Amino acid sequence: MKHNNDLREEILRMSGVDTAKCMKCGKCSATCPAYDEMEYHPHQFVGMVEIGEIEPLLSSESLYKCLSCFACVDRCPRGVAPAKVVEAVRLTAIRRQGANHMTANDVPLILETDTPPQLLVSAFRKYTK
Amino acid sequence: MQRVGVFVCWCGSNIAGTVDVQAVSEALKNEPGVVFSANYQYMCSQAGQEMIKTAVKEHHLTGIVVCSCSPRMHEATFRKTAVAAGLNPYMVEIANIREQCSWVHKDVTAGTEKAIILGKAAIAKVNLNTPLTPGESPVTKRALVIGGGIAGIQTALDIADAGFPVDVVEKQPTIGGKMAQLDKTFPTLDCAACILTPKMVDVAQNDKIRIFSYSEVTDVRGFVGNFDVTIKKKARFVKEDVCTGCGACVEKCPMKKIPNEFNLGMDNRHAIYIPFAQAVPKVATIDPDACNMLKNGKCGICSKVCAAGAIDYKQKDEIIEETYGAIVVATGFNPISMEKFDEYAYSQSKDVITSLEFERLTNAAGPTAGMLVRPSDGKHPHTLVFVQCVGSRCESCAEKGKEYCSKICCMYTAKHAMLTRDKYPDTEVYVFYVDVRTPGKNFDEFYRRAVEEYGVKYVKGMVGKIVPEGDKLKVQASDLIANKQLHLDADLVVLAAAIEPDHSARPLATMLTASMDTNDFFTEAHPKLRPVESPTAGVFLSGTCQGPKDIPETVSQAGAAASKVIGLLVKDKLTGNPCVAIANELTCNGCSSCERVCPYGAISYLDKEFRMPDRTTKIRRVASVNPAVCQGCGACTVACPSGAMDLNGFMNNQIMAEVDAICK
Repeated sequence: MKHNNDLREEILRMSGVDTAKCMKCGKCSATCPAYDEMEYHPHQFVGMVEIGEIEPLLSSESLYKCLSCFACVDRCPRGVAPAKVVEAVRLTAIRRQGANHMTANDVPLILETDTPPQLLVSAFRKYTK
Repeated sequence: MQRVGVFVCWCGSNIAGTVDVQAVSEALKNEPGVVFSANYQYMCSQAGQEMIKTAVKEHHLTGIVVCSCSPRMHEATFRKTAVAAGLNPYMVEIANIREQCSWVHKDVTAGTEKAIILGKAAIAKVNLNTPLTPGESPVTKRALVIGGGIAGIQTALDIADAGFPVDVVEKQPTIGGKMAQLDKTFPTLDCAACILTPKMVDVAQNDKIRIFSYSEVTDVRGFVGNFDVTIKKKARFVKEDVCTGCGACVEKCPMKKIPNEFNLGMDNRHAIYIPFAQAVPKVATIDPDACNMLKNGKCGICSKVCAAGAIDYKQKDEIIEETYGAIVVATGFNPISMEKFDEYAYSQSKDVITSLEFERLTNAAGPTAGMLVRPSDGKHPHTLVFVQCVGSRCESCAEKGKEYCSKICCMYTAKHAMLTRDKYPDTEVYVFYVDVRTPGKNFDEFYRRAVEEYGVKYVKGMVGKIVPEGDKLKVQASDLIANKQLHLDADLVVLAAAIEPDHSARPLATMLTASMDTNDFFTEAHPKLRPVESPTAGVFLSGTCQGPKDIPETVSQAGAAASKVIGLLVKDKLTGNPCVAIANELTCNGCSSCERVCPYGAISYLDKEFRMPDRTTKIRRVASVNPAVCQGCGACTVACPSGAMDLNGFMNNQIMAEVDAICK
C-alpha cells in the first residue's frame, strides 16, 4: 500500500486531531449509529490516517455515511475526535476537482416529499464544492 | 581569602563527550582564590576522592569546587571526602556540569563555555562559604500510621514487631479497609476475609499498637523525630471499653432503613451498627444522622437493651494530642463515581454495577449471602458483560475519569469472570478489554485460565453504550478483531471503575507538607531508589496512597515503609540540616512577612531590648527562627522586605556573587 505522508499531514492539520493519541479501544465504533452502513468504521479512519493509508478512505462511500453526530467525539476517552478525521478526509475528497459526491441533477431523484429544505442546503454544503 | 581546589570530572564520556574538561580545568585555574585545578575520569571513584584528599593536604586547601553531576547525586559523597581530609563538609560546592550542561548541549564549544561559567559561579560562592555545624534533635520513639487498611495494618504490625509503639488512625468505625469488602483475592483465590481478619486481630491484640478507630488526624506540627499530632476521635455514642459487641442493640434498633456503606448501599443497616462480623474493634457505633434519640430525643431502646451499659448519648468528640517520631500515610483508594458515565446507564439501571459492588454481591457475608442475582429483580443472570477501563486511561474527560491505568482491574475482572463461570456454568460471560495487562507472578497464567479453562469470552474492543430495555440491558460494543459492531442482550453489566486516592489524602498532604502529583497520589522521594519515603523527612508512604497497586504489592510496600520507620526510630538523635534561616535582629522590623510565608511554622517573634545610640533602650519585635523546625526552603529570605532574613549556606551575598560571576 502506498503511504501518502503529505496528505496525512494535511488531514491532521485540517482536523486538528492527533491520531497518535488513539489507544485502539474501539469505543468510537462501538458508539457509532451508522456503523452498519460504513465500509470503514470510525476507528479505522483514525488508524488508517495515522499510517497514511488514505486513498481507500477517499474513494469510500463511508465518507458520506457518517452522520456527523459526534457521539464518537463525546465518548472517546483519549480526546481523539474521530468524526473530525472523517470530516477532514471528506473535505479532501470534495476539494479534489470534479470529486463532488453528487451533482444538483442527482438530487430530485432521491428527494422525498417531506424532505426539509434545510437538509438539502446542508447536504450541498457537505457533499459538493 | 580561601585556598580553593577545583576538580573537574569527566564522568566517563557523560561530561567529557560534550565538554572539553581539560580546557575547563585550565580556565578555572586563574580564578580568584584557586590554588589547584585538575580533571579526572571519575571524581566520585575511590581514586578520584583520594586525589581530592591529597590535594587538600599538599596545597592546604580550605575550599573545594567539584565540577560534576547534580549535587543531588554526589554532594553527600564529596562532603564526606572533605571531612576525611579534615575540612568542614560545608566548604564543598558542586558545579553541575552534567545534567545542566553536557547532557543538554550537543556543541562542544558551547558546552565548554557554559561549564567554565558554572565553575566560576561555584568558585565565587565557595570563597564566601563559612564552616557550618548541624544541630541535633531527639527522636520520639513512636510511630503514627494513618489509615487502617491492609497497608496500614501491615506497616503497624511490622513496626510493632521491632518493639516500637504504633498508633493506627482509621476514619471508619473498624479497621480492614477495602480488603475487608473483597470476596476472593487473585491469583490464588483465597478468601480475603480469611487472610485479612487474623491480621486485624493481631493488630488488636498487639500491646504495642493502639487503634484509634472512627478518628481523623486534624493537625500536624513539628518535624522529623518530633511530630505533634492532633487526632479527633469522633463520638460513637458507645463506650468503646465497655461494649462487648454482642449486637443486642443492633437487633432492637427501630431505625433500620439506613443504606449500608459496607455493602455499598445494596442493603440496609440500623442506626446503631457494627460494620461487619469480624470488625476490629468489635464495638457498636451510632450514626448521629440516623438515630432518633440523638436527633429528637425520642427512643433510647439501645440503651435499655444494652446489658453492659455501654450506650452514652452524651458522648463528645475527643481530642488526642500525641508526639510521634515518624508518620506513615496509608490512606488508600476509592473507586471513582460512575454517575457521569451516562453511556453506561449506571444511574438508570440497578443491574449496571461496579466491580466493588460485584465483590459484595458474590461475598457470602454480602447482601445476598453470596448468591449472584440481579439487584433489580433478584433473578439469576445468564449473560454477563464486564467492561474494563471505565474511567481509566481517560485523558480527554478529566471531569469524569483518570488518565492513568488503575492497574488492578484486569486481574480482578479475570477473577470475577472466572468465578462466575465456575459457580454458574449456565452463564455466558463477556469481557470487553482495551488491553489485558497481567504482568506479575502467576498473573498471566490466571487470565489465560479464565479464557482457556473457564470459557470466558474476551472481546478486544470497548462498549459504546448500554440501554436498559425491558428487563434486558442492550449492549452495543466493538469487536475490533472481527471488525464488527456487537449487539448483546445482557442481564448484568459490571463496570471496572477506575480507582482514585481517598479524598482525605489532599488535606492530609497539606498538613504534612508532603508533596502530591496532579492525581492526588503522594509523591515518593525518588521513583526508583526511595519509593516508600515522601520527600518530607519523617513521612513514609504505604499502599495505594502512592499509586494504584494490588494486595501483594501493597503488603511489600507496607513492610518496606515499616523498615524505613524502624531505621529512623532506632536512632537516639537526628543530625539536622545547618542550612537554616537566620534573622538579623538589627535590620528586622518585625513585619511578620516571613512568618506568613513559612510553610513549617518555624518563625516566631520576640520582644527584645535594644540599646539606642543615645544610650536609651527600646523594645522591638524581631523574628526568631527555630533551627530544628526550619527546613531551609528560603521562602522567608525572599519575602523579607528589609533583607534581614538570610539562609545559611545560601547567603544573599553568596547568591549575588554567583550571579556576578555568571554575568561578568
